[in-house]
Amino acid sequence: MAVRPIETDVTKTSIKKLPENLTGVISTEDLHVYYGDFEAIKGVSLEFPKNQITALIGPSGSAKSTYLRSLNRMNDEIKGAKVTGKILYKGRDINASDVDVYSVRKQIGMVFQRPNPFSKSIYENIAFALKRHGIKDKNVLDEAVETSLKQAALWDQVKDRLHESAIGMSGGQQQRLCIARAIALKPDVLLLDEPASALDPISTAQVEETLLELKENYSIVIVPHNMQQASRISDYTAFFHLGNVLEYDETRTVFTRPAIQATEDYVSGHYG
Amino acid sequence: MNPKKVDKAAIAVLYVLAALIVLILASLLAFILIRGIPQFSWEFFTQPAKTFEEGGGIIIQLFNSFYMLLITLLISTPVALGAAIYLSEYAPQNALTDFIRTAIEVLSSLPSIVVGLFGYLIFVIQWGFGFSILSGSLALMIFNLPLLTRTIEDALRAIPGAQREAGLALGLSRWETVTRIVLPAAMPGILTGVILSAGRIFGEAAALIYTAGQSAPALDFTNWNPRSISSPLNIMRPAETLAVHIWKVNSEGIMPDGAEISAGASAILILAVLLFNLLARYLGRKLQQKLTSA
Repeated sequence: MAVRPIETDVTKTSIKKLPENLTGVISTEDLHVYYGDFEAIKGVSLEFPKNQITALIGPSGSAKSTYLRSLNRMNDEIKGAKVTGKILYKGRDINASDVDVYSVRKQIGMVFQRPNPFSKSIYENIAFALKRHGIKDKNVLDEAVETSLKQAALWDQVKDRLHESAIGMSGGQQQRLCIARAIALKPDVLLLDEPASALDPISTAQVEETLLELKENYSIVIVPHNMQQASRISDYTAFFHLGNVLEYDETRTVFTRPAIQATEDYVSGHYG
Repeated sequence: MNPKKVDKAAIAVLYVLAALIVLILASLLAFILIRGIPQFSWEFFTQPAKTFEEGGGIIIQLFNSFYMLLITLLISTPVALGAAIYLSEYAPQNALTDFIRTAIEVLSSLPSIVVGLFGYLIFVIQWGFGFSILSGSLALMIFNLPLLTRTIEDALRAIPGAQREAGLALGLSRWETVTRIVLPAAMPGILTGVILSAGRIFGEAAALIYTAGQSAPALDFTNWNPRSISSPLNIMRPAETLAVHIWKVNSEGIMPDGAEISAGASAILILAVLLFNLLARYLGRKLQQKLTSA
C-alpha cells in the first residue's frame, strides 16, 4: 500500500455530541494552545464521557499530547506555553487564573509516556503524595497503598517488597506503579499520555487490562501509542490533525464507518 | 598506516600520558608522606606549637582547621543550596540569569589571595570582626560558594524532568516537588560536592592569612564558653590553620625543627584531604545504592 500525503479536505469535521445515556465529566470549549507564536491547538471543543475510555488519535505532530496536558494544566509548567478557551470540570472553568492548579491536578491525574517512579520505596511512591495532601493515619495510608496497587494489578507481585526501591522494578511494573500512584489520590479523571510506548508487548497487555478494569471507577482519556491500542481499549475516539479535531465519535464508528474521508484515510493506514 | 595501527598508536600515547600524570601524583604523595609520617608522634598531635624550641605540636592548628571547615560549611552550604535551587528550578532563561551564571564562573576563578585581601578589608577592618574564625570562614565562603553552587546545581539538573512532572501531576506544589522529590534524589551528588569542597577549604591558606590570622592563641579544651578567648568554640578569636601554619613555619619559623614540623603537618593535610575524597566517593555510592537498590 503506497503511503501518500493527505489530499483530502481537512477542514471538514464531524464532532458528535455525547448521547443522552452518557454524562460528560470534563469538556473543553474552543481550546487553543500556543507555544510562543506557534498555535499548537487551534480551537478544540470536546466533551469526554464519564466512566469510559476516550482515545485521542492522529498522526504525530497533531498535538494530542499537548491537548491532553492542558486538561490538568500541566502546560502551565512549560515556559512560553499559553492556553486559552474553557476547560469545564464540575461546572467550573478550570482554565481560569484563580483556580488552584494543585487541587485540579489532584482530581485529574496523569500518567506519562515513560515510567517515572520516584527514587523511593514502592510504598512511599504511593503514600508520599497522600501524606503531602494531609493524610497522616498509618492505617489509612496502608489501605490506600494496598487498594491502589490491587487496582493497578500489581499487588500480588510487590506485596512482599513494598519497602524496597521502586527503581528495581521492571518497566511494566514501574508504569503500573505510576498508575497506582495516580489513582491513590482518587482522581475523577485519569489522563494517560502513551503509557505503553516504552513497554514490551506483555507489559503493554497488562497495562491495557488494568485500564479496562479501572474504567469502572474512573474516566480515562488516553493518547494510545498506536491505532490497534485505541481500537482495543477505547469507547470513544477523537481524531486529531494538526491541532484540530476532525472527527469525534464512538470508537466502533470511527474505525469502521468514519464520517469523513480524512479519518478513513488515517485509520486505514493511508498516511500518518 | 591502517586504521588498526593508528588506533594502537593512539592508545599507546594516551597510556603514556595517563601514566605520566599518575607518576607525578604518586611521587608527590610519596615524597610528602615519606618525609612527614616519621614526624608523627603522640606529642606532635597533642602539644601546642612552640615558637623558639623544638618539639612543638600541631593540636591547635589541627583543631582550628576542622573548626573553620565546620563553620564555613555551615555558612556556605545553605547559601549555595538556595542559589543552586533557584538557578536550576526557578530561574527563567534570560539576560539576568545568564549574567548571574557568568558572575559565578568569574568568582570561581578569583585568586584566593585576592579573596583573602578582600576579606581583610571588608570583614576584618570594615565590619570589625578582626582576625577571627568568623572573618576566615566568610572569606572561605566566598572562595567556596561558586564551585559548590555549581556542583549542587549540576546534581539537581541531573534529575530527569519526568520526576518533576510526576510530582506536579500529583498536585504537589513546585516547592514540595523540589524539596521532597528532586532534592532527595540529588542527595548523593550534593553530598559528594560538599565533601569535595571540604577538601578545598581544608587545604586553603592564602585566603586565610589576612582574615583568620597567623597566630594560634593557646586554647583551653575544657573551656566551653564560646565567648571566652581561650575557648576552642569562640569564633571571634584568631585561628591559624594547619595550611597557614605550614606556610608560616616555612617562611618565618624560628624553631630549630621547623622543617620537620612542616613535613609532618603537610602529611596530615594531605591525608585529611585524601580522606575527604574517599569519604565523598564512599558516601555518594552508598547513598546511591540505598536509593536505587532492588
